Amino acid sequence: MTEKAKPRTPIESGVPDGMQYMHPVYLKNFGNWKYHDRPRPGVLHHVAKSGDEVWTVRVGTHRQLGPYEIDLLCDIVDKYADGFVRFTIRSNMEVSVTDESKVAPLIQAFNDAGYPVGGTGNSITMISHTQGWLHCDIPATDAAGVVKSLMDELHDEFISEQMPNRVHITTSCCQINCGGQGDIAINIQHTKPPKINHDLVANACERPSVVARCPVAAIRPAIVNGKPSLEIDEKKCICCGACFPPCPPMQINDPEHSKLAVWVGGKNSNARSKPMFHKLVAAGIPNNPPRWIEAKDVVMQILHAYKKDARDWERMGDWVERIGWPRFFELTELPFTKFHVDTWRGARHTLNASTHIRF
Amino acid sequence: MAQPKNPEKHCTYIPPESEKKSSKPMYDTPMLDQLVDGPWPSFVSGLKRLAMNNNMMVDLMGQLEHSYNTRLGYWKGGTVSIFGYGGGIIPRFTELMGDDGEPMFPEAREFHTVRVMPPAGMHYSTDLIRKFSSTWQKYGSGMIAFHGQSGDIMFIGTDTDNIQGFFDEVNEYGFDLGGAGPAVRTSMSCVGAARCEHSCTNEQKVQRLLVNNFLDDMHRPALPYKFKFKVSGCSNDCVNSIQRADMAIIGTWRDDMKVDQGEVKAFIKSKSRKYVIDNIISRCPTNALSLNDDDTLSVDNRNCVRCMHCINVMTKALSPGDDRGVTVLMGGKRTLKIGDTMGTVIVPFMKLESDEDYDALKEIAENTIDFWAENALEHERCGEMIDRIGLVNFLEGIEIDVDPNMINHPRISSYVRMDTWDEEVDKWNQRKAAV
Repeated sequence: MTEKAKPRTPIESGVPDGMQYMHPVYLKNFGNWKYHDRPRPGVLHHVAKSGDEVWTVRVGTHRQLGPYEIDLLCDIVDKYADGFVRFTIRSNMEVSVTDESKVAPLIQAFNDAGYPVGGTGNSITMISHTQGWLHCDIPATDAAGVVKSLMDELHDEFISEQMPNRVHITTSCCQINCGGQGDIAINIQHTKPPKINHDLVANACERPSVVARCPVAAIRPAIVNGKPSLEIDEKKCICCGACFPPCPPMQINDPEHSKLAVWVGGKNSNARSKPMFHKLVAAGIPNNPPRWIEAKDVVMQILHAYKKDARDWERMGDWVERIGWPRFFELTELPFTKFHVDTWRGARHTLNASTHIRF
Repeated sequence: MAQPKNPEKHCTYIPPESEKKSSKPMYDTPMLDQLVDGPWPSFVSGLKRLAMNNNMMVDLMGQLEHSYNTRLGYWKGGTVSIFGYGGGIIPRFTELMGDDGEPMFPEAREFHTVRVMPPAGMHYSTDLIRKFSSTWQKYGSGMIAFHGQSGDIMFIGTDTDNIQGFFDEVNEYGFDLGGAGPAVRTSMSCVGAARCEHSCTNEQKVQRLLVNNFLDDMHRPALPYKFKFKVSGCSNDCVNSIQRADMAIIGTWRDDMKVDQGEVKAFIKSKSRKYVIDNIISRCPTNALSLNDDDTLSVDNRNCVRCMHCINVMTKALSPGDDRGVTVLMGGKRTLKIGDTMGTVIVPFMKLESDEDYDALKEIAENTIDFWAENALEHERCGEMIDRIGLVNFLEGIEIDVDPNMINHPRISSYVRMDTWDEEVDKWNQRKAAV
C-alpha cells in the first residue's frame, strides 16, 4: 500500500438548501399557494395564487432502495414527469407534474413497474419504518418484514381513500419506539427480565450508567462469581430493556418472551383535538416471522371496527374519545385486562373520576 | 398478482444467474422468500438484486435469514468515524460467530451505516438520487434508505475502510453527515411553503438556520443526550414535532383566518348543509364556528385555537390569516426513561420576518442547549430535565417569562411556598405595561 495521504478536512456544510433540488413550480410559487384538492386517491392538486397548478403523484416504496429500483423509479420520473422527487416522512415518493395530462401515464408507469400510487387523504398510508434485524443493534424483531406483511394486507387501503380519516401505523422493534406515535402502533413488549452474562459485564458496561438508566431502580452493582457485575431485582423489573443498549451482556431479547403489543389512538396533529399518545389495547402477541400473522389479525380487527363505526374526519383517537374505551373493546372484541390500567407516574389522571358511563 | 407487462422493468425482477456479479453463491432463504410475493413492493427482492451485485449483500441476506429463524438480532455497535468528526456513522459489527469463533457471514462482518443530511424539505432531482446511488455502489452495498426516522438519508452497509472515501465524495458535492449519539440530530421540515397553502413560515429556512448553527454539537457529540429540532408549517404538524422534537417550531397566525364566503356557499352546495354542520361546525374544538342562515360562515377568531380542522376540510374557502409567525414548544420525546413527553409551549407566538426575528429564535435555541448541557443528567433529554426541575426553573434558565399559554390550567396543589407573590405580580404588571 502507498503511504496514506493527509486526511481531508470535512466541509461542514450542514443541511443543504432544498431550493436547488426543488421542482421549478414549487420554487416559483414558494409561500404563495392558494388551495388544494385531491382529484383521485394518490394525487394531490395544488393551485398557486399565480394561477399555476401542480399535480403530485404519491408512490409507495419499500424505503431501502438499491441501484435497480433507483434507476427504475428515476427513469419513470424523468420520462413521465419533470425529473424531481420529494420524499414524505413515511418514505413515500412525491412526483409532481405541471401538466394534468401527464398524471394518468405517470400513474400507469408506476403501476406497471409494481409500485402502488396512493397514501393520500383518508387512506392508510405507508407504515413508518425502522431498521430491525437488518441493521439495529438492539432489535427484538424485524422492521421491513413486518411493514411488508402489513402493507400487502393494506394495499387496497393504500390505493383508495375509504377510511374515516387518515391512518398512520407505526412499528418499533424495541420499547424505545423509534416508529413513534401512531393511530395504530405495533411495538415490542418484553415480558421477562434480561439474562445477564456476568463474565462480560465488567469489561463491556459502564456499570454506574447502567444503574442510572433503569427507570425503576431495579439494577444494582454486585460481585458475581468473584467478578464485578450487576444484578436485577426481578420483582421490580418492568422488562423495558433500557439497560440492554448500554450493557449488551444484559440480553433482553428473547425469541419466545419478547412479544408484540398493539397501541391505539396516537395522533401528532393538532386538528380538532390536541395531540394524543397511543394507548395499549393488546399484548402477548407472538413475534412470528416471516409474516407476523397474529399481529396482522389484531390490526385488521381494529381497522375493521374503526372503518365501520367512526365518523368522517375522526382519527382513531378521536373516534375512541367519542365512543369511550368500553365500547372500543366491545367493537374490536379485544380482551380488557388488568394490564390496561396504567401504573406509571400520572396514572391517577387516566382513571375515570366521574359517573360518565355509557350503557 | 397479474404478470408484469415488462418483467425486466418491474419491482419483482431478479436478474438471471448469468448476470450475477457477486462471486459467493446465494444462501437458501426460505423465510425471507415468503416476503417476496404480495402486492406491496418487496424489500427482499431488493436485497436479492443487491446480492447479485456484491458479496457483502449475499452474506447480509444470510445473517438476516438467520435472524428470521432464531428471532434474534446480531449486530453490535463500535467506534467508526471520519477524519474531523466524532459522529454520524452507525457502526455495526456482526456478533454471529461460528464454532470456530469466526463470523458465519464474513463478507458482512462490518455493515456500517452513514447518516447524511438530505436537502431541507427532502427535495431531490433524479440526477442527485442517481449520483448518490453511484457513489454508494462504489463505496458500499448500494442500499440507501429514504429516510430514517430522524430524517437522515441512510447509506446502509459498508466497512470501515470505505467510510472516508464515501464521505469525501458526497461532501465534495455538498452533503454533510447527520447526527448520532449525544448530539444535535438531523432535522426535518414539512413540504411547507414549497407546495402547501397552509404554510405559515419558511420551514426550510428555520430548519437550516437552527441545525446549521449547531454543527459543532452535531459532528462532535458531547451533549447530555440527543437534541432534535423539527419544523412544521402549521398545526397539522406533518413532521410530528410536538411528540418527537426537543424543540418544535410550528407555523401559526394571530389575526383573523381568511374566509371566502362565496367558496363556503359553493362547498355547502356541493356537500350539503348537514355535512358542513356535522363535519366542520360541530367539530371545532372551541365552538368558534357558526353557520348563518344564508349559508355564510361566522368565525369567533378570538376563540379560534388554529387547530386547522376547518381549513383542512374547506381548503378553498378557508385559509390562515396574514399576521404569521411560529409557536415554539420544547421537550417532546418517546418512552425512555420517564415515559412519553410532549413538547410544552415555550413561545406562544413570535414573528419570523426580519433577520432580528430569526436571530431571536436562534438565541432561544442557543440558550436552551446551553442550559440543558449545563444542567441535564447524563442521558437526560430536555423534556425529562424540564420534568425534573420544573418548567419555571427551566424558563428562568433560558430567560423566558411565564405565560398562561404554557399551561392547561393553573396549579391544583396548594403545597407551594409563595412568599415572593407580590414581586411576581409586579413582574406581570410590568410586562403588561411594556406591551
